[in-house]
Amino acid sequence: MYPKDYRYTKEHEWIKVDGANGTIGVTHYAQHELGDVVFVEMPKVGAQLKARQSFGTIESVKAVSEIFSPVAGEVIETNPALADAPELINKDPHGGAWLIKVRLADRKEASALMDAAAYEAYIAGQAKEHSA
Amino acid sequence: MSYKSTEIESPVGKILKAREHVSQNEGLIFEKSAPGKRGMELPPLDVPVLDASKALGKEFTRDAVEGFPEVSEIEVIRHFTRLSTWNYAIDLGMYPLGSCTMKYNPRVNEFVARLEGLATEHPEQPAEVSQGCLRILYDLQKCLLSITGMDAATLQPVAGAQGELTGLLMIRAYLQSQGNPRKTVLIPDSAHGTNPASVVIAGYEVKNIKSNARGQIDTDHLREFCTDDVAALMLTNPSTLGVFEERIAEIATILHERGALLYMDGANMNALAGVTRPGDFGVDVMHLNLHKTFSTPHGGGGPGAGPVLVKKGLEPFLPVPVVVQKEDGKFALDHSRPQSIGRVRAYCGNFGVLLRALAYILAYGPGIRQATEDAVLNSNYIRKKLEGVFDLPYNLPSMHEVVFSDARQKKHGVSTMDIAKRLIDYGFHPYTTAFPLIVPGAMMIEPTESESREECDFFIEAMRSIAAEAETNPELVKTAPHSTRIGRLDEVAAARKPVLRWKPEEGGSR
Amino acid sequence: MRYLPKSPSERREMLEAIGVQSVNELFESIPEKFRLRAPLALPAALSEPEIIQYFQARAAENSKGYTSFLGAGVYSHVRSVVTDALVQRGEFLTSYTPYQAEFAQGTLTAIFEFQTLMCQLTGQEVANASMYDGSTALTEAVLMAERITGRHRVLVGRSVHPEYRHVLQTYAKNLGMQIEEIGYTESGQLDRAALKKESLEQAAAIVVQSPNFFGVIEEIAALAEAAHRSGALLVTGIAEAVSLGIVRPPAEADIVAMEGQSFGISPSYGGPYVGVIATRDKFVRQMPGRLAGQTTDAEGRRGFVLTLATREQHIRREKATSNICTNEALFALVATIHLSLLGKEGLREQALQNLAKARFAQAELETIPGVRRVFSGPSFNEFVLEFPRSVKMVNQDLLREKIIGPFALGTHYPELTKRALVCVTETTPRAEIERLAAATRKILERPV
Repeated sequence: MYPKDYRYTKEHEWIKVDGANGTIGVTHYAQHELGDVVFVEMPKVGAQLKARQSFGTIESVKAVSEIFSPVAGEVIETNPALADAPELINKDPHGGAWLIKVRLADRKEASALMDAAAYEAYIAGQAKEHSA
Repeated sequence: MSYKSTEIESPVGKILKAREHVSQNEGLIFEKSAPGKRGMELPPLDVPVLDASKALGKEFTRDAVEGFPEVSEIEVIRHFTRLSTWNYAIDLGMYPLGSCTMKYNPRVNEFVARLEGLATEHPEQPAEVSQGCLRILYDLQKCLLSITGMDAATLQPVAGAQGELTGLLMIRAYLQSQGNPRKTVLIPDSAHGTNPASVVIAGYEVKNIKSNARGQIDTDHLREFCTDDVAALMLTNPSTLGVFEERIAEIATILHERGALLYMDGANMNALAGVTRPGDFGVDVMHLNLHKTFSTPHGGGGPGAGPVLVKKGLEPFLPVPVVVQKEDGKFALDHSRPQSIGRVRAYCGNFGVLLRALAYILAYGPGIRQATEDAVLNSNYIRKKLEGVFDLPYNLPSMHEVVFSDARQKKHGVSTMDIAKRLIDYGFHPYTTAFPLIVPGAMMIEPTESESREECDFFIEAMRSIAAEAETNPELVKTAPHSTRIGRLDEVAAARKPVLRWKPEEGGSR
Repeated sequence: MRYLPKSPSERREMLEAIGVQSVNELFESIPEKFRLRAPLALPAALSEPEIIQYFQARAAENSKGYTSFLGAGVYSHVRSVVTDALVQRGEFLTSYTPYQAEFAQGTLTAIFEFQTLMCQLTGQEVANASMYDGSTALTEAVLMAERITGRHRVLVGRSVHPEYRHVLQTYAKNLGMQIEEIGYTESGQLDRAALKKESLEQAAAIVVQSPNFFGVIEEIAALAEAAHRSGALLVTGIAEAVSLGIVRPPAEADIVAMEGQSFGISPSYGGPYVGVIATRDKFVRQMPGRLAGQTTDAEGRRGFVLTLATREQHIRREKATSNICTNEALFALVATIHLSLLGKEGLREQALQNLAKARFAQAELETIPGVRRVFSGPSFNEFVLEFPRSVKMVNQDLLREKIIGPFALGTHYPELTKRALVCVTETTPRAEIERLAAATRKILERPV
């Protein structure tokens, strides 16, 4: 379910590092919790993000969630497909529904985040909390 | 247009329902339009006719409004009458929306609001010919002050949320006059969403405070949070759980000792009128929702009125103008109040709503207490009869409303929203779902005093029956309503690709 | 009490079922010292005929039998008994905000029609389900422009309704917003030469009203261009909505804030009315207030729901686009029914009648020695006259003739003392216009 080469945050974002750049999205778990996504608010290309800074919002019919950047960097691209098809986030959260690409401020920063196994353990704990 | 026949189940087997009449499939008014029709005629012009483009200049004029409807009077009557039959209403039955106080809207209020000499009056006409309007405002103020135990009032705010903003601006002006407007306003996590939104417009920051395990303000927590930066606490009392803040006196003391004020959101005044007065238990500023406690009709979303009542010290900051009685007994609008926060709306607020509220108060007089007692009686009766059927997350005494949760039904995959929609099939409007936020799966029931014992019993029966269905046939509940003209609507599609106005080419599917 | 549907024995039985002796036990969570012991000090309860009597007595203390030439943001226009009959149907009158869409399709469908009508009238792409009134709609439009542009200065024409500006100031005071007022020219229009480049470059919006408070129609296209050149928006207020029957809509504006009182709503001493915000599609997520949208049910039938609710306070709380919750839905319905009746031709005819009557009145009054028209710009159904003496004094004398005279502009504009804002609509009979002219002539002929 969760790609092994991605890194994950506690706020349920993922980042895939590719040399100097990183691609950022939200996880399957996040899209499931949100329900049907109806709108995504994106940052402007060129925006400078700090790690854990909110860079946009994802809306379902009755909720709004902020999205936080896993790392520091400059926004170099936003996913144009999401404006017309926000439902991609529900269908393909780890692939076609990437949100932004950033030029990393520090190539090593992402490696401090959770790997797939740690994230899966983390969300298993969250799910337990919910049902309690 | 084609007529459809529908097969329906009946006690004598399947029958073919008479052809579906257009009234069940009414289109939009634009779709009935044809050039040359009209539903209203004007008296002939009794002065020379002018050519608009000559009189104003071509660049300032337009042709007839593109797309505007052209229909006859009977078509307008039928169109809106048909639409009306798709609505539920208090006039049809119980409307137990928690925190909304959907009580009977007396008809005499509608009658007097339309009287010539009241409905016809212009807000800028001189006081000499407005004594009746001014006296109505003055009398209403006096009544509201008596009911709340406060010292001064403004009737200008036109909704609860605007009342909140007005009250907060007065708090700010008052604290400013003491030297420091302060920075934050405390809001319990059970509060209505307008509270934090109003705080921001008043230039304050919101600090949320958690309710304790009993759903009440945690006074230790409040003491800790109430620093010198805090301007006020915004408290709904009874809370959105329908529970009176038992430690209200202590709460007021904590705030006042730190120089902060107690703001009361009076949305739930229907639990208190005639029984206790906010002015007596330490409230400094409050608003009332006349469209709740004081019976003015909600009209599908408004209008409302949100008068603000304050203690003496805040009086200089009331919005302008203020209705006053002069020494000669005449009434006037006082505009010269140097410390006023200004104006929150043009003119004197929603006069037509205000006079309806006065008509309501005049009908009851001091007997308004009986209405409060009946409202609290109804909610406790429903609570008693549904306890054990639905989960009661907070077990404190209920006042005018009771908040259950869907915890038991959830085990069968049935949510508060499903139960709410199924209530429609039983002929009731749903209760309030998903509020307050501190109760997951909240079912917030406010019957008001307008329900007879019989109506309460029907409602209880319906709720019990749905609880049984949730166990035996959850799908039936989850796909409700089954009795309305249309089924559950696709809200996701509506939000993804918003269609917010009619266009000729998109008139299509019905 | 006639509103309460319970007999004493039913109350007793219900108390028994709850398990309490008396109703007072249900109030024991209120600390005892705060429980009232005596009945409230309110007038004794009145029966229905007595309530009617009270209000009839109040009505008799007002302006019955007077003819009024007041406009200034509130207008007397034709209304149909059909509108009143329909909005008094309990299904509309006594229903709540349509959150439960399946059970409120009547209200939702009507809101969708209202939104459509408002778009058609204003030349905009999207309109909301209503705001409180024109003054708060204009204020919310300015806050919206601030959100869109990220700028905090607004350039507001002094020709905008003074009470609207006052409301804007009250709201803006604590939000770090700077309001710069822009004067007017001899035409009565906003002084475009007074729009400084450096101000425009910091401005969220130019705020103008058309027809403006002086009744003069503004040059919307030129103002929009001036705003857009500097990255600002144009917010256009409309207080006299009937003008849109013949006046070019403010299609170039980015946000239109309108008072809909003229559409079948009685003056009612200041409210309730109905505010409107209309804008371009691209700004819809920055809009305040409710929106009804079209969708379908599982079987593909068309229906309407409240949508894009994530902008609103009940979801976004302190980050909402506005604190508005209750709006003026019933009066949006009044406007919708009224405009459906009036229709395309009716609205145009009504607007033309206003124009013709106002011009007739202006010509009549201008023949009085010492009375002259003040502004040269094109006007709709209101115009400003200069009197040779105080308007308030003239109005005192007119009142004796059972005429409520024109609005005295000196109250809000110190430089415009002796200037009167006259309003004439299709409801003002020619004979009353002539009576005003004759009475004014007589008053002004008398020595002071």
